[in-house]
Amino acid sequence: MVSFIVKRLGQSAILVLIMSAMVFVGMYVVSDPVAVLAGEDFTEEDRQALAVELGVDRPLIAQYLTFLGNVSQGDFGTSFVYNRPVLGLIIERLPATLEVALAAMLIGLVVGIPLGVYSGLNQKKRTTKAISFTTTVGYSIPNFWQGILLIMLFAVWFQVLPASGRGDTVEIFGVGWSIFSLDGLSHMILPALNLAIYTICLQARLARSGTQEVMYQDYMTFARAKGISRDRIVRRHLVRNILIPIVTITGLQLGGLIAFATVTETVFSWPGIGKLLLDSIHNSDRPVVVAYLILITLMFVTINFIVDVLYALLDPRIRYA
Amino acid sequence: MSADTTTTDAPSLSKSEAKQATFIDTFAKIFGGHPAAIVGLIGIVIFVVLAVFAPLIAPQDPYDQAQLDILDSLQPPGSHLWDGTPSLLGTDALGRDILSAVLYGLRISLFVALVAVIVGSAIGVFMGLLAAMKGGWVETVIMRMVDLKMSFPGILLALMVLAIFGTGIDKVIIALIIGAWASEARLVRAVALSELKKEYIDAARLAGLSDWRIMARFLFPNSISPVLVVLPMSISGAIGAEATLSFLGVGVPITEPSLGLLIANGNDYILSGKWWISIFPGLVLVTLVLCINVVADRLRDHANPYLRGKD
Repeated sequence: MVSFIVKRLGQSAILVLIMSAMVFVGMYVVSDPVAVLAGEDFTEEDRQALAVELGVDRPLIAQYLTFLGNVSQGDFGTSFVYNRPVLGLIIERLPATLEVALAAMLIGLVVGIPLGVYSGLNQKKRTTKAISFTTTVGYSIPNFWQGILLIMLFAVWFQVLPASGRGDTVEIFGVGWSIFSLDGLSHMILPALNLAIYTICLQARLARSGTQEVMYQDYMTFARAKGISRDRIVRRHLVRNILIPIVTITGLQLGGLIAFATVTETVFSWPGIGKLLLDSIHNSDRPVVVAYLILITLMFVTINFIVDVLYALLDPRIRYA
Repeated sequence: MSADTTTTDAPSLSKSEAKQATFIDTFAKIFGGHPAAIVGLIGIVIFVVLAVFAPLIAPQDPYDQAQLDILDSLQPPGSHLWDGTPSLLGTDALGRDILSAVLYGLRISLFVALVAVIVGSAIGVFMGLLAAMKGGWVETVIMRMVDLKMSFPGILLALMVLAIFGTGIDKVIIALIIGAWASEARLVRAVALSELKKEYIDAARLAGLSDWRIMARFLFPNSISPVLVVLPMSISGAIGAEATLSFLGVGVPITEPSLGLLIANGNDYILSGKWWISIFPGLVLVTLVLCINVVADRLRDHANPYLRGKD
């Protein structure tokens, strides 16, 4: 197990390095920060001075190494647009994305798994067919379109929920959270729901196919033969066994949700890191884009790593060399 | 071509004339008794026809600024433009007829998705075959790249590509290709590996054919069917992905709006009750994707009855 963890850590580190180099080089080759920042009245000398100031006059590899050195000290550079350290900018926006992603994940699990287990256990029932149809439709409809429909329905027609912004936030550890204020919570319902629909469908499908597979295993027949009640069989034997794929997907999903929050944040004008990324892409704010992409890569690699280790712990049949 | 090369494992895909005669039989076998799939198929045909003949059907050329009149802006569905043209689905803020915009948008959405999926699948198939055929370090490198790609969500990779290269139809297609090839490569490699163990490959090797020739003549036709089965699903996925990217403003340019960008344009007007600008392109998008998915599900179930009702 220890050697497995060490090996996976090494692979993860290499992956982050490769991705950071690709993003850095990509952004370097394509956008010229001097062109972005230089004013119209800049002379050639001004431009050169600016290039020296930004450090972009040096060879690419030297720039990348300096960048890596700075990053290791938590310095991702300064935003061109906000003129502030990028890391602070991202950390400031992170809670908004995290709270909406976690809320969506929670809704997805709490609604999706029971739906899936129910469908798996009662394959012939009409309600099951309805659930299956609904999840197929939910799967097919693009996420942003669902968000627009939610706004149409709840903010324009019924006018019960706000359509954009975070509402009131409560300061905890120096950052604002919407989830702890009533107004913030009401602002969060639609974005969280929007983000959750895909998760609900995914979890329901996973739980259903898992249930169908586990149901006919010998240990299930054995448990039934022992005379254990149906409820207990479902809780002790079925749910535990379908949890293995669900844990894997849920872990990977969390990263996916944070990435996909980009779309939801745009639809609902939710000021999280996804919206920051898009604004920065539009404004050619290179340091923010590079920092976001590297940080999110780091996050994905970490999540994948944790999922792999959890997987090994949950399923004793898996032996890593 | 000698007779033995026509013994393919996927009879419905063979090009020989005898097989063409049974095309209707195959069609009936796949779609018979599945009304939802037939409706989906009809829907797809209608959408493709509308997209192809958009310039003939559309009441207005939405790209021609001269035809737009600011007096026509934000008219509700069913009203008439100043020049008397009926505007069935209303107009947007520029006075552009929504029906015309949707028809042209459908064209772009379908074009982008088709090109991306076809090129992406071709790259994926080639990579998969190469990995299976060559083995060794070639296989390791290719499969590592597949793993790398698969460990990130598609939207993130696409945003990464578009952040680096900028936006535009060609850039969106590149982003979608990068998103599409890996799963096809994995799929094809798995099939090709099992095909490689069969006797006809041994026979071809003994006949002294080169690796490339075996790959093109034997391995390719016998490993392609699973990719063809998932092709519709890939296309609907690409349509949705392009719409999402364009909605985010990093996809197609404003001068050539796809369905996703049309929805984004209308998004600003939803809160003021001008619902038709976003809703109609959205309905077309969703119906199109649903039609393709219903047909895709049917094809998958037909190809692999074991998966029926599963995901």
